Amino acid sequence: MNWGWIGSNAGLIGTRVLEHVGLSVPPIILGFLLSIPLGYAASRSKAARSVLLTLGNIAYTIPSLALLVLVPIIVGASILNPANVVIGLTVYAVALMVRASADAFSSVPRDVAGSATAVGFSPAQRFIAVELPLAGPVLLAGVRVVSVSTVSLVSVGALIGVDNLGSFFLDAFQRSFFTEAMVGIVAVLFVAAVFDVIITTVGRVLMPWNRRPSASRRTSRVLTA
Amino acid sequence: MIEFRDVTKRFPDGTLAVDDFSLVIPSRQITVLVGSSGSGKTTLMRMINRMVDATSGAVEIDGVNVSTIEPVKLRRSIGYVMQNSGLLPHRRVVDNIATVPILNGTPKAQARERALQLMDTVGLDRSLAERYPAQLSGGQQQRVGVARGLAMDPNILLMDEPFSAVDPIVRDELQQEVLRLQAELARTIVFVSHDIDEAFLLGDQVVVLERGGHIVQKGAPVDILANPATEFVATFIGADRGRRRLVVSDTARPESGDDRVLVDSGGYPVGLISARDGQLAIGSPTPKSRSVSNKTDQAGDA
Ligand SMILES: Nc1ncnc2c1ncn2[C@@H]1O[C@H](COP(=O)(O)OP(=O)(O)OP(=O)(O)O)[C@@H](O)[C@H]1O
Ligand SMILES: [Mg+2]
Repeated sequence: MNWGWIGSNAGLIGTRVLEHVGLSVPPIILGFLLSIPLGYAASRSKAARSVLLTLGNIAYTIPSLALLVLVPIIVGASILNPANVVIGLTVYAVALMVRASADAFSSVPRDVAGSATAVGFSPAQRFIAVELPLAGPVLLAGVRVVSVSTVSLVSVGALIGVDNLGSFFLDAFQRSFFTEAMVGIVAVLFVAAVFDVIITTVGRVLMPWNRRPSASRRTSRVLTA
Repeated sequence: MIEFRDVTKRFPDGTLAVDDFSLVIPSRQITVLVGSSGSGKTTLMRMINRMVDATSGAVEIDGVNVSTIEPVKLRRSIGYVMQNSGLLPHRRVVDNIATVPILNGTPKAQARERALQLMDTVGLDRSLAERYPAQLSGGQQQRVGVARGLAMDPNILLMDEPFSAVDPIVRDELQQEVLRLQAELARTIVFVSHDIDEAFLLGDQVVVLERGGHIVQKGAPVDILANPATEFVATFIGADRGRRRLVVSDTARPESGDDRVLVDSGGYPVGLISARDGQLAIGSPTPKSRSVSNKTDQAGDA
């Protein structure tokens, strides 16, 4: 390890981390949002489910490099435009997330949804206030997978000239420079871990009922003791 | 008053769940629909709040055909309590009770305050208000379900086997609670059960159903017990097995006191009867008083 390189390139490492984060966040959020209506549709009808999941599987098997090269051709953007990476990775994110989302909505207990209808929730209210939150835990698990997958796939963007932590791998490979590759790997893992912590924390805050009841009972017992 | 007129329900898959059903459900009384599994009880009940729409015939509430009322509005005006409470697992107890009033535009603080009062009404300690349903016992969950059903102060309360998933002691308690509430609130309650004892205990009117929602017999519990209309009813209420035919036991006597033991024709002890000075008690108990606990007496009939 060449620690000196790390010290003298701290600024560059910081920039690459920010670039990497900037490229990762939009596909994760877009993939999540787009998968919701698709997953909901897939949970409502068997036909929709098989069509959407098949499309998802096919999309996911397109090699990432090929996808990133294809996107600018299809959308007509310049090949160096970072939007290509965002669009390409959003395709993967949706492809991965649609199955989780379909499972999430299928996991909502039927009698709970039915009783919400019976006491007078309109379909829209039921979706927002009952089905979406109850699908939350499975959606959350899906987003965690998508997050890790996206953070690692962003690196491929370096191959088509969009800078991010992957640029370190490329450079390290061309120069046979071990330290730079290690820095890239550690930084990618770090970004992925931070994302995961943020996602699980958001999940805990948004879904307080989902904490293990036994755990919360234990805390309350401790508090009252 | 709720009236079913020549109501038929055929599901899309062809199942004829209810076949030409007619019934008047009087206001401010408890009507119990009782029958074995698949006899159409739930389907009938769900036609009242349009969770199911009749294929033909009419369901009317106070003379208004429910099919002319917008379903969401209709459902918010009718209390609904179901087996396994149907509570929203992600909402705290107090918010579960306040759900429908809030949907209807009641300010949140006011709805929660009312929810706390309802917890008192159904005998739930207010300290449970901030818990999630999963942190309550089954019996407590059902009480929350009843409180939620009462939240809009509905004239009509639909209860679909609300107590069938709780243990017998808690079920007994909850049944008494319903009688106490009804003495106080006097709502039109439609109660579905497959337990004839529960039906006899709660029902002002008991409707015994067979497959297809065919009414085999309807009337006050006392009449059904005295004159089972068919073999089926006799079997259903246990008359055929002698479970309902009681005699004063000669052999089993309590050690002290004036009470005598009643046994059914199988010889099983089922209760005690007063026999002061050797004279058997004779009387005509007011309906329900036999089963109403002290709590009810306190609540009074005012
Ligand atoms: N959505 C549905 N689609 C098709 N058939 C249905 C549907 N709901 C109920 N049925 C059928 O209608 C009949 C009556 O069902 P219902 O649920 O009303 O019976 P129930 O008396 O409430 O029975 P249980 O005591 O088991 O609750 C049954 O044969 C049932 O299979
Ligand atoms: Mg039923």
